[in-house]
Amino acid sequence: MKIYDLPDKQGHFGPYGGTFVAETLIAALDELLAQYQHFRDDADFQAEFNHELRHYVGRPTPIYHARRWSAHLGGAQILLKREDLNHTGAHKINNTIGQALLAKRMGKTRVIAETGAGQHGVASATVAARYGMECVVYMGSEDVKRQATNVYRMKLLGATVIPVESGSRTLKDALNEAMRDWVTNVENTYYIIGTVAGPHPYPMMVRDFQAVIGREARVQMEEEYGRQPDALIACVGGGSNAIGLFYPYIEDNEIRMIGAEAAGKGINTHQHAATLVTGRPGVLHGNRTYLIQDDNGQIIETHSISAGLDYPGVGPEHAWLKDCGRAEYVAVTDDEALSAFHALCRFEGIIPALESSHALAYAAKIAPSLGKDKLLLVNLSGRGDKDMVTVAQQSGIEF
Amino acid sequence: MNRITSTFSTLKAQNKKALIPFITAGDPEPVMTVALMHELVKAGADIIELGVPFSDPMADGPTIQRSSERALQHHIGLKDVLNMVVEFRKTDTVTPVILMGYANPVEAMGCDNFAVAAKEAGVDGVLVVDYPPEECEEWAQQLKNQEIDPIFLLSPTTPKARVEKVAKLAKGYVYYVSLKGVTGASHLDLSDVCNKLAEVRTCISIPIGVGFGIRDRAAAKAVAELADAVVVGSRIIEEIENSTRATLLDNVSNLAKSLRAALDEVNGTIAKSEC
Repeated sequence: MKIYDLPDKQGHFGPYGGTFVAETLIAALDELLAQYQHFRDDADFQAEFNHELRHYVGRPTPIYHARRWSAHLGGAQILLKREDLNHTGAHKINNTIGQALLAKRMGKTRVIAETGAGQHGVASATVAARYGMECVVYMGSEDVKRQATNVYRMKLLGATVIPVESGSRTLKDALNEAMRDWVTNVENTYYIIGTVAGPHPYPMMVRDFQAVIGREARVQMEEEYGRQPDALIACVGGGSNAIGLFYPYIEDNEIRMIGAEAAGKGINTHQHAATLVTGRPGVLHGNRTYLIQDDNGQIIETHSISAGLDYPGVGPEHAWLKDCGRAEYVAVTDDEALSAFHALCRFEGIIPALESSHALAYAAKIAPSLGKDKLLLVNLSGRGDKDMVTVAQQSGIEF
Repeated sequence: MNRITSTFSTLKAQNKKALIPFITAGDPEPVMTVALMHELVKAGADIIELGVPFSDPMADGPTIQRSSERALQHHIGLKDVLNMVVEFRKTDTVTPVILMGYANPVEAMGCDNFAVAAKEAGVDGVLVVDYPPEECEEWAQQLKNQEIDPIFLLSPTTPKARVEKVAKLAKGYVYYVSLKGVTGASHLDLSDVCNKLAEVRTCISIPIGVGFGIRDRAAAKAVAELADAVVVGSRIIEEIENSTRATLLDNVSNLAKSLRAALDEVNGTIAKSEC
């Protein structure tokens, strides 16, 4: 069997990935790559990372068998990798811990981050507080309005939140603005990207930090079920929780890997964020990947009920896994995600994030047609406490 | 000899430095762009950099992003930009036109289709901001096949080995980014520029233009003493923003004339060697 060893030295996953940035950023990325490659193989670094994951984040996260929901669906068994139990409530912290430790070793005193819903912003503000670094979070002004609680959370943690007024005033514009800050302040500043997108080495580095999810799952599955699952299911916005689960399984060709994108109000409307299902390749935010774009190559505003999936690009490794057929990507609507959200609340006493609810919805869709001995491992990437207002609004309730 | 090379050699013979203004195609309105280009040439511009609007101009500051957004409100795409060059070429067959923008609109058209269409339209050079040399050798060749110059950026943080890489691919001129930041920033350090250009010149034999952060006559003059060309973008866009339809051409023309005068105070084609 061929050993999967992507990306190549230039950060390419087949035709995707790479370093598509202005010359002004190249030196910073070269420095980051060199430092990351050094510390990736450094025993002290890995020991500190693992120590923090265990004692600060609360890993390993369990795999939970959703028995009542599985029985109700009447087919395959649904298992949940409980990333929602991490400190700060989602998988995002795995990556921010890793990058913050790297930033510290690189002598940077200031970290910056972009955020959409605010989860990555909160995870960045958290680690900045933990390691005593200044933190500036860029957030589209539309998102600042929609996610007031998370903005306050970041401020409590000592971060400065800068509303971005350019473009569509959402996640992609926050990313543009963070890049501009980095170009200007690169000497003392480390840019923590929150997903497996951006220029090389970010897609590789964020994947490596998130791969703890899949590595734990392999061990836990063997211990508790004596075998690996039949399929892995995770939601995909930028795709960091999905790649974190998939990566350690890439060479197990008999295990299906399924990414659930946000179909919003339907992929036949213009209000969705199903990049891999409907988009076509292009260049954005430093890498070549699938994009939601118009005929002129302008990036189109996306929609999803879940802010964390509301992004017009996707990690380049997912683009490659799609093209080579190793992973499947499907689209799940707002309504389907909401219905899975409510089902998990009622059957299992777990309030899932709306992002993760997309993965749950697809599991619920295929489970009934599969045998009861089949195991579907769903990445429950985050908890849904942050989504109370959004979900209540759908039921016509205002707080 | 193409228009870029002949422009620089004419200027050299006259002991003059090139003035390269940047405007975004379609800003403030598509109908004004070709008129602005002609007005800039009349006011003393030697080369026109025409920005191709993009929804996510990551290397630009707020001023140029706003100009892109105004153009996109009129749905200006790459084909429209090429049509503007065709229009411009009807009465000006001499002034080089450089398209400057981001990779995605070019890839959406198809790199090879674009190169052919750009040649037909009368484009002389293309600068794709997010195509560093590592990612675009094939593209640079596609442009050269159409006798279009691939223009590359160099920055204060570009190490010498990369300057050499750029030297192999670049034609026409190279664009030195004068500061660590985005377009329209205001922390230009001339002695840094001077030192770095001395290093760059040991590898680069084609003319060097300097841009980013050149906001007034004094800065334009000081940079002209160091470089072969001075690029002014955000300052011109600000003038466009602050003008009405009636005053637009006059205001932009007056600004370009004052920059021209500043450049013409600099004598000699040999760059100042002491920093």
